[in-house]
Amino acid sequence: MNIQTTRRICQIFFFVLFMWFCVVTTLGEQWWQLRGWPVNWIIQLDPLVGLATLLSTRTVYAGLLWGLLTIVLTIILGRFFCGWICPFGTIHQFVGFLANRKKSTAKKIIDNQYHSFQSIKYWILIFLLTVSALEVAIDIILLPSTYPLLFGILVLGLLTFVVYIAVRQTSMNPKKTGLMALVLVGVWLLLSFLFNGHETSVASLQIGLLDPIPLVYRSINLLILPLMDQTSLSLSTTPRVYDGIWLMAAVFLSAVLLNLAVPRFFCRFICPTGALFGLCSRFALWRIGKTKNDCTDCRLCEKNCEGACSPTSQIRITECVLCMNCLNECRHHLMTYQTATSASGEIVSPDFSRRQFLTSAVSGAAVIPMLRIGGYLGDNWDPALIRPPGALSEEEFLSRCIKCGQCMRICPTNVIHPAGIEGGLEGLWTPVLNFRIGTSGCQINCIACGNLCPTAAIRPLSLNERLGKNRYAEQGPIKIGTAFVDRGRCLPWAMDRPCIVCQENCPVSPKAIQTHVVFNTIDTGAKLIVAKGDPVYIEFQETIPNMNRFATGDYYAVILLQDQHPRRIIDTWERGFRIADAHPFESPPLPGTRVDIRIRLQRPYVDLQHCIGCGVCEHECPVPGKRAIRVTADNESRTREHALLLKR
Amino acid sequence: MIPNPNSDELNRRQFLNRFAKAGISISAACAAGFWFYDAKGPAASINKRSEIVQFDFSIEGLGQKMSIVQGEDRAATLRMALKLLGGIETFIKKGDRVLLKVNAAFATPAMLSATTHPEIITEMARLCLKAGAASVVVTDNPINDPASCFTLTGIAEAARKAGAKVILPRDDLFVTMTAKDAKLIQNWPVLYKPFADINKVIGMAPLKDHHRSGASMTMKNWYGLLGGRRNIFHQDIHGIIMELAKMVKPTFVVLDATTTMMTNGPTGGSLSDLKNTHTMIVSTDQVAADAFGASLLGRSLDQLPFIGKAEAAGLGTADYQKLNPVTGSTSTKSSSEQP
Repeated sequence: MNIQTTRRICQIFFFVLFMWFCVVTTLGEQWWQLRGWPVNWIIQLDPLVGLATLLSTRTVYAGLLWGLLTIVLTIILGRFFCGWICPFGTIHQFVGFLANRKKSTAKKIIDNQYHSFQSIKYWILIFLLTVSALEVAIDIILLPSTYPLLFGILVLGLLTFVVYIAVRQTSMNPKKTGLMALVLVGVWLLLSFLFNGHETSVASLQIGLLDPIPLVYRSINLLILPLMDQTSLSLSTTPRVYDGIWLMAAVFLSAVLLNLAVPRFFCRFICPTGALFGLCSRFALWRIGKTKNDCTDCRLCEKNCEGACSPTSQIRITECVLCMNCLNECRHHLMTYQTATSASGEIVSPDFSRRQFLTSAVSGAAVIPMLRIGGYLGDNWDPALIRPPGALSEEEFLSRCIKCGQCMRICPTNVIHPAGIEGGLEGLWTPVLNFRIGTSGCQINCIACGNLCPTAAIRPLSLNERLGKNRYAEQGPIKIGTAFVDRGRCLPWAMDRPCIVCQENCPVSPKAIQTHVVFNTIDTGAKLIVAKGDPVYIEFQETIPNMNRFATGDYYAVILLQDQHPRRIIDTWERGFRIADAHPFESPPLPGTRVDIRIRLQRPYVDLQHCIGCGVCEHECPVPGKRAIRVTADNESRTREHALLLKR
Repeated sequence: MIPNPNSDELNRRQFLNRFAKAGISISAACAAGFWFYDAKGPAASINKRSEIVQFDFSIEGLGQKMSIVQGEDRAATLRMALKLLGGIETFIKKGDRVLLKVNAAFATPAMLSATTHPEIITEMARLCLKAGAASVVVTDNPINDPASCFTLTGIAEAARKAGAKVILPRDDLFVTMTAKDAKLIQNWPVLYKPFADINKVIGMAPLKDHHRSGASMTMKNWYGLLGGRRNIFHQDIHGIIMELAKMVKPTFVVLDATTTMMTNGPTGGSLSDLKNTHTMIVSTDQVAADAFGASLLGRSLDQLPFIGKAEAAGLGTADYQKLNPVTGSTSTKSSSEQP
């Protein structure tokens, strides 16, 4: 079996495995549903997720340690992940193959030429990593004021270095280096006293925008699988919907369709993970190369070159995705995967100057503080941004969320949706709850999202913690927001119609929705004057239009000037009604007495002490458009600043 | 193909070189991975325990003292009130670093009496510095825009005139903390950093009507140390005033009742809300000072539950007569001292 076939089998295996992970992320009892599969495994294998969260949180959360395996193997083997494992890469390779298979060999060789724009992915990588490293950078800047001793040691080290190069007379200019060291120390000292810790300087994680693994996870889970819901292969009872999916769809489609122009367009020009692998493959022990420099220069080895890494001439190790196609294409068997470097020489560094590096790094460091001038992390937070239960406080959340969409996929009620820009641009595609859609509110006994979240942006809660039971009794249940009754839209409040669907469905005990009972007089369009009556029956002097509408059980009668206590009407005629035998009038109403018919209304109000913001009330509210009870993130437990009620 | 021995040698060296570098990279990556490994994940942000604090600037052994002086001229009544308690030297020693917690809540002119009057700030700062204080700072976290408040009330100018420094409540001066034995002030941002190297604190409050609590006096004045969306505490106003008084034990307090805001508090806004009551109170017992203030406002103690709560918490004496307040007057030359 040749190496290409092996590679294809490997790619198919991992692609099928990935699709399987997507499929089984479904709640249910079937064999193909949630059964403890490690559905995050491919995300965890992605070392960019691990590295970026390491920078932004200074931790490697649980399963993300798998990324280390990929890094180690990449250092030894080169970019094997791109060519052999990455499901997004497999999609690109396959689409590229379909699109370009009829092209002439010459055209294919041109398409697979190295292009200087391939260095763009390094710009992207450096930009995204500096965004995540913001906090670390500020810690380093603050070093002179926080750890003066360490700073002193560093300055001393720098001085020693300058003295060393002066004494040893190396190629470096000691004067110039000394001056630069002095400027560096001066600027460092100055900055350390200028900065003070502020929420705008908390790291943000944005790798998820372009990291291929979160990208392919969310594209398949939130875009492709919901499309399947419209076929007989549907995975869910109710077709899944995802608010604001258009942008994800646009990104996914563009990435896939660009293969028609250039094969593996995304991998070559955009992919930050590929760029990271490129940097790691510098010292790879085995590498693609020619065994002999002089060849016929037929360039057939470049015909199907996936990485566009110029194997004919000096091979660019950072671009080679180990597709191994060149090995078979070469008629003279000059191409090989070996420990020696290519006989034609190789280029081990990306085409990326120091100036470009600095440009990306500085823009990456500046962009988040700039965005945060909008104040979204402070007083200008959007109360519509309801995060799943267990979500960390917003700034910590943003330093962990990779926008992979796993929480949105697993949410059994489909209430978790990719955010637009309500939380600021940096919150794009992070999870936000929308109770108008989905199959119910956030289920009180569900802790799926936090236990699936690969980076703990949503903490893994226990059911006890979510519900505030046992050792969590004192802190109470996790609140994600609070429901507010809109009295101008609520049927019992504004329209004198009985309803209280919200109270009925409130899942907490005691209920967080309570009611004020009122009896409102109905305008019947006629004077209700008693002609004759007994303790449970009244007949009017005239016919009342539509009298039967008062027989629903919600209407009550009051004999004016006699007994203010309303009695429930249980039956009506066109000229009279009967009340329940159990509560007769105190004395039979006299002829000529006036009667009021009143409707009994239970007007809901929210007990903020008990409301957890689950949104079941909002979901069930019969006012179809803008609901008459709506949840906002006020009083969410993840942020003390959003508290609305005092602890009692 | 005949293998070239030189090229083989070169390849071997290159490979060993790469091998070493790859080895170092792998070890570094593994070391970092395991060093930062976190199997448990983050704790809930809200459950992170904050430091428990108490601001105790009272002078041991001084006991509860109070003086009440009648007169129109604020500087004169303040001087006399202090003199009746043994002079500023009783409280402020050489080298002390003093903080004046004023009420700068609103960006209104001093004549509306919604804020601590600039005259007593100048006088107090001057007296402290004269007694040898190393520094005097003036701070508050007002309700209206801080810079406007300190400017329009004249407090900033008053402080500058006397050589005191105004500290505006910048975000980075707040520290999230929990007050000792507090139910309400838990994990809450408090204007803490200005107190970092202070050893004497003087609370200086005007006497005002207050719609929610009944009266804004010396204990309510500490509300200005709270940051964040502190107005949620209005759901339990008497509880929070008591907790604030428990959190801050000042060196002494000054209650300026030269002009009292009788109605429409705490903002006032019209001269018709004001009444001349021509009284200056200095006390080491904030409960007693407030209880006396209540009488000038015409409020009974049961209209102001925070006083009773503070007394029950052992923070002072609501029956201010028990303190045998020393009284005086600046209008007649002979000050009548307590027998």
